[in-house]
Amino acid sequence: MMSKYLIKGASVLGGERTDLLVADGRFAPLEDSAGATEIDAEGLVALPGLVDLHTHLREPGREDAETVLTGSQAAAKGGFTAVHAMANSMPVADTAGVVEQVYRLGQDAGWTEVRPVGAVTVGLAGQRLAELGAMADSRARVRVFSDDGMCVWDPVLMRRALEYVKAFDGVVAQHAQEPRLTEGAQMNEGEVSAVLGLQGWPAVAEEAIIARDVLLAQHVDSRLHICHVSTAGSVEIIRWAKARGVKVTAEVTPHHLLLTDELVRSYDPVFKVNPPLRSSEDVQALRAALADGTIDVVGTDHAPHPSEAKECEWAQAAMGMTGLETALSVVQHTMVETGLIGWQQVAKITSQTPATIGQLPWQGGSLAIGETAQLTLVDPAARWTVDPQKMATKGRNSPFAGLELPGAVIATFLNGHPTVLNGELNTPTDVGAL
Amino acid sequence: MRHLLSTHDLARADALQILDTAEEMAAVTEREVKKLPALRGRTVVNLFFEDSTRTRISFEAAAKRLSADVINFAVKGSSVSKGESLKDTAQTLEAMSADAVVIRHGASGAPQQLANSGWIDAAVINAGDGTHEHPTQALLDAFTMRRHWAKVRGLNSIGSDLSGLRVAIAGDVLHSRVARSNVWLLKTLGASVTLVAPPTLLPLGVSSWPVAVSYDLDATLDTGVDAMMMLRVQGERMNAAFFPSEREYSRRWGFDDARLARLDSLGLKDTIVMHPGPMNRGLEISSAAADSARSTVLDQVRNGVAVRMAALYLLLSGNSSSAHGSATENFERSK
Repeated sequence: MMSKYLIKGASVLGGERTDLLVADGRFAPLEDSAGATEIDAEGLVALPGLVDLHTHLREPGREDAETVLTGSQAAAKGGFTAVHAMANSMPVADTAGVVEQVYRLGQDAGWTEVRPVGAVTVGLAGQRLAELGAMADSRARVRVFSDDGMCVWDPVLMRRALEYVKAFDGVVAQHAQEPRLTEGAQMNEGEVSAVLGLQGWPAVAEEAIIARDVLLAQHVDSRLHICHVSTAGSVEIIRWAKARGVKVTAEVTPHHLLLTDELVRSYDPVFKVNPPLRSSEDVQALRAALADGTIDVVGTDHAPHPSEAKECEWAQAAMGMTGLETALSVVQHTMVETGLIGWQQVAKITSQTPATIGQLPWQGGSLAIGETAQLTLVDPAARWTVDPQKMATKGRNSPFAGLELPGAVIATFLNGHPTVLNGELNTPTDVGAL
Repeated sequence: MRHLLSTHDLARADALQILDTAEEMAAVTEREVKKLPALRGRTVVNLFFEDSTRTRISFEAAAKRLSADVINFAVKGSSVSKGESLKDTAQTLEAMSADAVVIRHGASGAPQQLANSGWIDAAVINAGDGTHEHPTQALLDAFTMRRHWAKVRGLNSIGSDLSGLRVAIAGDVLHSRVARSNVWLLKTLGASVTLVAPPTLLPLGVSSWPVAVSYDLDATLDTGVDAMMMLRVQGERMNAAFFPSEREYSRRWGFDDARLARLDSLGLKDTIVMHPGPMNRGLEISSAAADSARSTVLDQVRNGVAVRMAALYLLLSGNSSSAHGSATENFERSK
């Protein structure tokens, strides 16, 4: 039996204060509020539940790093009601069986909706297409396909993938990395890499693939999504492509909105990530692009690792950072408090647009009466110091450790049920009813 | 100064103190009994993840001449080759009460991680990390140059710097930790530096370095050079499209007999030719140049022991200020 919650005085999308009633999994008229549990939301901003297009949950195969359970708990704490789980698990999510397993694990956990991303190629090997149709037709209803971590380098294979997913209105999410230009690469190529003696990952290695792929997407009139854009040059190419009418969308990670390659001077592997942290000019360009709509969404690229994968030499360390529990705060810090965007646009880039790209019509709604109650309440006035030890994710590899960030997720509602209350995890629900 | 990790952050005063202390150490090495009791009872571990007989022997000789106990830990055949992490290795050395760890590692930044991790309390000396830095090599190069430059100017080398010295560093700058360490230290000591290399062997960010860059070795020599430092061409680079062939590399960027003669014709009678070794004779340097009176190759090796003695002494004696007196003075007082 679903409970009723009367949320008093929340500021919807940063606008006027109002009351919201959540009943039977949906937003309901206030006159039905009899018997509802009241939640004081004065000073809180109400957003549609956050949707992440880019999460690594590690299960199956690397349950020591993360499980669907711990990752979806972290998602709930971060205000997410849906995450797309990347395909680079072990085994790779390249069959209907594996994607159904991940989907089912998400349902059983109940903390957030888990939508598997299907691999584009078998084993992420870049050799032949995976059974994209079988994954699309499975109970997991996969619509996003990506070899993330591995670029679909072969232009013919990329063309075929873009064409093939049109059959079920899917999207190919490309990890843009020209492999030859990045062999042995350790960090952004530039002044810092020159001093540190770490092999550089040049911006052009990302930009060349994006340039090729937007032309391919235009040629075959398909949907292309660019994962974790990291350079100013990439932004320019995407802007050009959108002006030409290419069906391209793009995402940026919270860490690329805030951190630069100067941090690598510490040789602390917590800052090792792919694509690498770039220059401050790139960071400014990414923020501007997110504000003007050239970049459509924020994707966390949440990549948890066990401690031994990061407590080692830089060259041997795994790439990746956790991000689910800090994403909204970093967006507030870099985009809202800088005056680049307001909360309405935050809702767009963290919820509504990713839900549209990922084809989840019951996510990213408007908080209107009758809509499924996917809701995040955030306290924008709160300040908190990031402590990875206190996070729900198994990964302790947060690049923001020790940093004071604004904005705290106070409550998350998934299908009308609070998965987070007062900033703490609440009893989960079964999302299988969707 | 608690560790010696790079020359990039080495203050001028600390650099000069190491060089001045090395002068005293060099004097010790010329005595009949080449030994000081300064580090008696202290333990120095040579932790070498990469083979480097020359550098290891140099550090070993330096530590032993200061009466330290030396443990050589080569990774081949050790627990590290069986998968033990740097963290576990460091904690093992900590449990064995190492006072200093001299680390050579193929990964850039590994000494810095060791020093900053909290895994170990010992002083850390970088004996070469990846393509990052090799600070004691730069210090011994600077020591060699300073002695030469002081002689040319008729000055006492102690306390002097390299102001006015024109240094050219030629070869594979991209992969050279020696070049990086030299660039920062030479700048700190007042020398002007020109890097000479094919564009493929220069880092993309070199434009922000305090150096001039040239692709033309002859043109650089024509502008006047007081120290010509040749870098080793690493064999594995030759087939990686950094340059078309050994022959072309040698012709354009090698210090050959013709360029040795060119120094004479340009009237550069005091110019020295340096090489960190090991040399590829006939590739980046000709035998005639390597064996000429201008060559300081063996001086560099000799001076390396004195410089490493100075570094170990200063780090382990906790003497970061010259006010504490010199190493040999302390020795004399303790007798």
